[in-house]
Amino acid sequence: MLPDSSPVAAPAPDAPASSPPNQPGLLELFLAFAKMSLAGFGGVLVWARRGIVEQHRWMTAEEFNETFALCHFLPGPNIVNLSVVFGSRFRGIAGGFAAFAGLVGPPMLIATALAALYAHYGDIDALRRTLAGVACAAVGLLIAVVFKMMMPLIKRRDAAGLVILVSVFAAIGLVRWPLQIVLLVAIPLSLAITILARRRVKA
Amino acid sequence: MSTNSNPIAELVWTFGLMSLFAVGGANSAIPEMHRAAVEVHYWMTDKQFADVFAISQLSPGPNVLIVTLIGYSVAGITGAFAATVAMCGPTALLAYYVSRFLERSRHARWPAIVQAALVPLSIGLMAASGLILARTSDQSWIAALITIGAAALAFATRLNPFWMLLAGGILGFAGVV
Repeated sequence: MLPDSSPVAAPAPDAPASSPPNQPGLLELFLAFAKMSLAGFGGVLVWARRGIVEQHRWMTAEEFNETFALCHFLPGPNIVNLSVVFGSRFRGIAGGFAAFAGLVGPPMLIATALAALYAHYGDIDALRRTLAGVACAAVGLLIAVVFKMMMPLIKRRDAAGLVILVSVFAAIGLVRWPLQIVLLVAIPLSLAITILARRRVKA
Repeated sequence: MSTNSNPIAELVWTFGLMSLFAVGGANSAIPEMHRAAVEVHYWMTDKQFADVFAISQLSPGPNVLIVTLIGYSVAGITGAFAATVAMCGPTALLAYYVSRFLERSRHARWPAIVQAALVPLSIGLMAASGLILARTSDQSWIAALITIGAAALAFATRLNPFWMLLAGGILGFAGVV
């Protein structure tokens, strides 16, 4: 892969553009993603950004945003996509695997151990009560993320976006239509609206 | 739908397909996971699903771990592994190829358009996840209050989410919920 030359016209303001980025090895990739993943309660993104941009300086903030945006618009677990794209950018397919294994492997062992405990002791009343309490709080965290992500739309008064948002919410959450059908209708619709809105802004 | 009786094959098929439709990450696929696991395949009850979600939030790591746990409860360790790989594999491969393709056309305008169009969809899906999980978890007024409290705290402060999960667990243990 080319040691990507950032757009010539705009020199990066913070980092000296001449210094080559650090090139992590396979083991380093695995360990770094394992560390981010194990630190990440309720989402790994914050830690991934801290690790990749601030600690290891493997990417600039802009590069990280671009990479994450890509992984956000692709389907599937975002942070998993990020690990694969990131690892493969430095070390090819093996790098993608190393980062992915680091991200998913260790927490998978922990989660499976917890699940095994649950399977054995799940009927104990105290554990059931505790888990019920945790679930309530966990749902609250999810709802908070939803509102945080909605704020830019509300600030922009993006009426079309909010209508799509509410329609998808109603179709999936209230009517319980299958995901595939809703998306097959909603994605082309949303794309068309976005393209129309951009044309209008330009005109 | 496959009428296959092999649980591993069912897991791989269900999550492999789901991963390609999971716009906006694992959390926005929760309604579909709930539909598949509780309503279509009868892998678990509503209550078990809520518990599995709680466990996945309790353990560190990416949100996709809920899939690992569903797989585990269906078919043990093999199921956990199969479901996780099925959920991550196809999109990881897609991400790999798309990112290489974009490297070559990095100044194109369409990625930004696609992304802008998908944002409201993925937020709507996550909102639906919130509703479905709240319906299964919040069986009492106090439970609903804990959810609202955690949501408000997480929205307004930068407190580590772990503390809110812990507080919820303590309140639950104390028998308040």
